Amino acid sequence: MKLTNVLGGAVLTAIFATCAFADGHVVRMGTEGAYPPYNFLNDAGEVDGFEREVGDELCARAELDCEWVTNEWDSIIPNLVSGNYDTIIAGMSITAERDEVIDFTQDYFPPDPSAYVALAGMDASVTAKNVAAQTATIQASYVANSDGTVVEFATPDETIAAVRSGEADAVLADKAFLEPIVAESGGELIFVGEEVAIGGGVGIGVRESDGELKAKLDAAIASMKEDGTLNALIAKWFEGRTGY
Amino acid sequence: MFEFCTDPSVLSGPAWWSCYLTTPKHMNLYTSVFVVFGLLAMTVPLILTFGFGGAVARRSRFFLIRWFGVLYTSMVRGVPDIIFFLFVPIAFDQGFEYLRHLAKCPDWDEPIRQGNDFVVCATAKLPLSSADQWIHETYGFFMAAFAFAIVFGAFAANTIYGAMQSVPRSQMEAAAAIGLSERQAFRLVLIPQMWIYALPGLSNLWQILVKATPLLFLLGVEDIVYWAGELGGSKTARFTDYPHGDWRLGYYLFLLVFYLCLTWGSEKVFARLQEWVSRGQAELKVTA
Repeated sequence: MKLTNVLGGAVLTAIFATCAFADGHVVRMGTEGAYPPYNFLNDAGEVDGFEREVGDELCARAELDCEWVTNEWDSIIPNLVSGNYDTIIAGMSITAERDEVIDFTQDYFPPDPSAYVALAGMDASVTAKNVAAQTATIQASYVANSDGTVVEFATPDETIAAVRSGEADAVLADKAFLEPIVAESGGELIFVGEEVAIGGGVGIGVRESDGELKAKLDAAIASMKEDGTLNALIAKWFEGRTGY
Repeated sequence: MFEFCTDPSVLSGPAWWSCYLTTPKHMNLYTSVFVVFGLLAMTVPLILTFGFGGAVARRSRFFLIRWFGVLYTSMVRGVPDIIFFLFVPIAFDQGFEYLRHLAKCPDWDEPIRQGNDFVVCATAKLPLSSADQWIHETYGFFMAAFAFAIVFGAFAANTIYGAMQSVPRSQMEAAAAIGLSERQAFRLVLIPQMWIYALPGLSNLWQILVKATPLLFLLGVEDIVYWAGELGGSKTARFTDYPHGDWRLGYYLFLLVFYLCLTWGSEKVFARLQEWVSRGQAELKVTA
């Protein structure tokens, strides 16, 4: 008990001491860290991927001091509005529904189709059966309104595993996420059915009350689009995409 | 970690494994074991304090304290845990920030609640957004420990209350007969004897607490279960030097062994404890 008090006291003191000395504004970048090539944790356990590079470049251009944090997808919006971090940069498509709760910058990744993936040998009819999708995504709500039955999972990886194990007949996700998985599955997984166009482009989510940060990021994205650096990053991380 | 790990794609067998299992990401898995132990070490004293306080409050002669004790134990036990785990840290975090905001930014004229947003001035943020990530994590960890203590404290309070009621009346009467004051009887007779009845219930609670640590992830604390899932998920060669399929089964088997060892070990400790608290009480001995 006593030791806990001492330890607790020491840590609390450390927290407040640091608070007193630290000054200057840091922008905390919230991401999921489980959605390659957009964002993932590399072997070093650090956030990596397309959005890591875009985010770092945006911060450099807007002269912001940025720090990366990961948060589970399902609670990524609530934690933004309650102020645990300042942006969502996690492959989040701009939708009217989300726009009611948070604000988006202009898109830094153009609208990308979603696609169905199933085990080899299946045909388009699986899209009307059990379709896996990540919780709280545009794909999950699309499947719910289609002929298929939606089976929701917390992480993107679990939706793929569900198809492999037969728990779901197909998965609906962003095509850019599925492409490397299908390519490396050695023929086990294939694209089936028609691609569907849902969602606007991918933008950075910010709090509605944070207009200043939104304006800075918007300007930085515009400048990256202008000089071609954004397209170069898109081409680097997404095979066969040319960007804007 | 090792020098031969620079290009894992040419390695195989033990060399590949020794590289794979020592990536910095795997180190996160190993250190998260201490997150689990740290949480347990920190919450247990808190839980016992809350539990003891709740039990004593329920026995109080003063009705307001008694009602408070009853309200605490029945309300917390009656509401799904997950709601408390989500509510307590957010409510206390925003509460602290609000108080700091009032104290530090008296000139602020914008509302705190703007639509869905909770906005306080930058100096009132807790921790400050400029603070290092480890401070944010430590803060989150303390919030999590606090939420655990409130929830499990209510269960402990009920167990301890029941145990206090189970101590034979004759023991207290005997204590009064030899001239002990109420306070002395409570301390010297009731407390030492009530442990015999409380321990089986508390050991139950401990086992549940050990298994509940994955709930930490809800609060943003990355524990051993999170890292096992993250490492076990299939990885494509474009994004890692160590591509592999779905290995979650292997990682979860590791978790199984880890948690079984932990709970098996604590069973042994509780058996010893039970023997110790029952010493000198031949006719009252309760077998765990």
